[in-house]
Amino acid sequence: MNKNSKSYNTTVIAFLVVLLLLGVLMSISIGSSRISLSEIIDALQQRDNTSKSYRIISFVRIPRTLAAVLAGCALSVSGAILQSVLNNSLASPSIIGVNSGAGLFTVLIAAFFPASIKYITVAAFMGALIAVLLVYSIASRTGASRMAIVLSGVAVSSFIGAMTDTVLTLKPDTAIQRTAFLIGGLSGITMDRLSLAGGFIVFAFVIAIILGYDMNILALGDESAKSLGLNVARLRFVFLILAALLAGSAISFAGLLGFVGLIVPHVSRILVGYDNRILIPVSALLGSIFTLLCDLLARVLFAPFEIPVGIIMSFLGGPFFIYLLIKRRRGQLYD
Amino acid sequence: MIKLNNIAAGYNKVEIIKNISIDFEEGSITSIIGKNGCGKTTLLKTASNLLKPFRGQITLKGMDISSVPNKELAKKVSFLPQLRAVPNITVYNLVMHGRYPYLGFSRTPQRLDKEIVENAIENMRLEKYIDKNVQNLSGGQRQKVYLAMVLAQDTDIIFLDEPTTYLDINHQLEILETIKKLKQMGKTIVMVLHDLSNALSYSDRICLMENGEITIYDTPQAVYESREIDRVFNILSTQVAAEDECKTQYVFCLK
Repeated sequence: MNKNSKSYNTTVIAFLVVLLLLGVLMSISIGSSRISLSEIIDALQQRDNTSKSYRIISFVRIPRTLAAVLAGCALSVSGAILQSVLNNSLASPSIIGVNSGAGLFTVLIAAFFPASIKYITVAAFMGALIAVLLVYSIASRTGASRMAIVLSGVAVSSFIGAMTDTVLTLKPDTAIQRTAFLIGGLSGITMDRLSLAGGFIVFAFVIAIILGYDMNILALGDESAKSLGLNVARLRFVFLILAALLAGSAISFAGLLGFVGLIVPHVSRILVGYDNRILIPVSALLGSIFTLLCDLLARVLFAPFEIPVGIIMSFLGGPFFIYLLIKRRRGQLYD
Repeated sequence: MIKLNNIAAGYNKVEIIKNISIDFEEGSITSIIGKNGCGKTTLLKTASNLLKPFRGQITLKGMDISSVPNKELAKKVSFLPQLRAVPNITVYNLVMHGRYPYLGFSRTPQRLDKEIVENAIENMRLEKYIDKNVQNLSGGQRQKVYLAMVLAQDTDIIFLDEPTTYLDINHQLEILETIKKLKQMGKTIVMVLHDLSNALSYSDRICLMENGEITIYDTPQAVYESREIDRVFNILSTQVAAEDECKTQYVFCLK
């Protein structure tokens, strides 16, 4: 089968959908107490609130599985958008200030409004959006070129990082909240925490798929894209907001999950090439599968103890990324 | 056709071109020549509406181009920059990008789009590269693919920024012959060329620039006879007749 042909792409997507379904089933079934497939089906059919299996499934496993799927999808698509729009293969949500903005607001809430700590997810999301808007408004003063966005992202992140460190120095008690946020994890997630962020993720994902072809045109470079009738500055702004919406939403309930947004788009490109109309859904599927897998490992590796999923991701993601870089240097990667 | 009236333009509030008034003739090839940094590319970008002028007006068939929506303008005017990102896609898909202004909301190419793309590929004799990745092609082949994309965009006016730079002589001539073919199709071509000999041989009109202003805009013969090229570039130009084809050629040497 010819790589990048329609039938090849369909096969890849079908294969990933099957893998995702398997991952979802495993995620619901495996944990500190194992629940078999037949028990899962029974529990979901009977919906008996007194049943232990049903309570575990509906209040713990399903929200957690959904959180892994949503976070993986959101961070991967956000990374794919940024790498494509900024034409920078090392771009990830952190490059446009998402992580630093969310981090600052998390610390601010914990330090100055401890009674409102339940709003920490909303605060992280708002922080991410504000940081991105700041990055874009600075970059747009110099024409919003790709380099201007990357450089102002670095500057804003560094400035916000300094603000966060200042708050932490003055209010050291907030460091625990910050550490949990930095590592990232999916335990203790409820459907309530997911609903708003999930809505944003689905919305942004659909828009990203619709704008996939426009993203391809943007890859021709600013002048060629403008000459083809694309409003480059406006579209780049829309993509930045989409990337921020996706990553900010994921961060708001899962904390900073490292490497998903960086690695998954790379692997997706190896699989299906650079056409964003295919790359976006494949990144979403692969990101969800990768996050589900890491979360499963986080739960079972040291059972009954559980480690935050962010740690597993960094352990798997770091070496894998080094492997990709070495391959790329040897010219064996997809370029 | 496309008319610039008292245009001044540049970057970061610095004027690069000024007092530019020019009317590019329909169905002709115009070459913009001049020393490095004289504002050739700035003029090209301004005329194609990629760069907003500080003052003055640009009209296309009497219509102010700043009032034409982006996609509508892209159906009338195309611009091929000198430096471009080379995307990791096939020749067919890149040429199909030329149809972007014509695609609907779903961005799905219709039968007509596919036909136009296939014709453009055939016109540029790129059939055997159709499924090849653009990144794996040579500079000359890549340039032809971009010209095929411009052809697929199907605009009356085509602006080309140094289309032959970095190409070997064979590919240079091939690209210039292709540009002549575009003219025969009724297109208006305005290009920046560094090779004076090619500019004088292949163009219907020459626009010579100096310090952001147009020094002379006339036929190649008239521009040659004015000796303005010699003055601007500080060279000595001579017109010679090529032996076999009785075609006029130009040679240049330092004064």
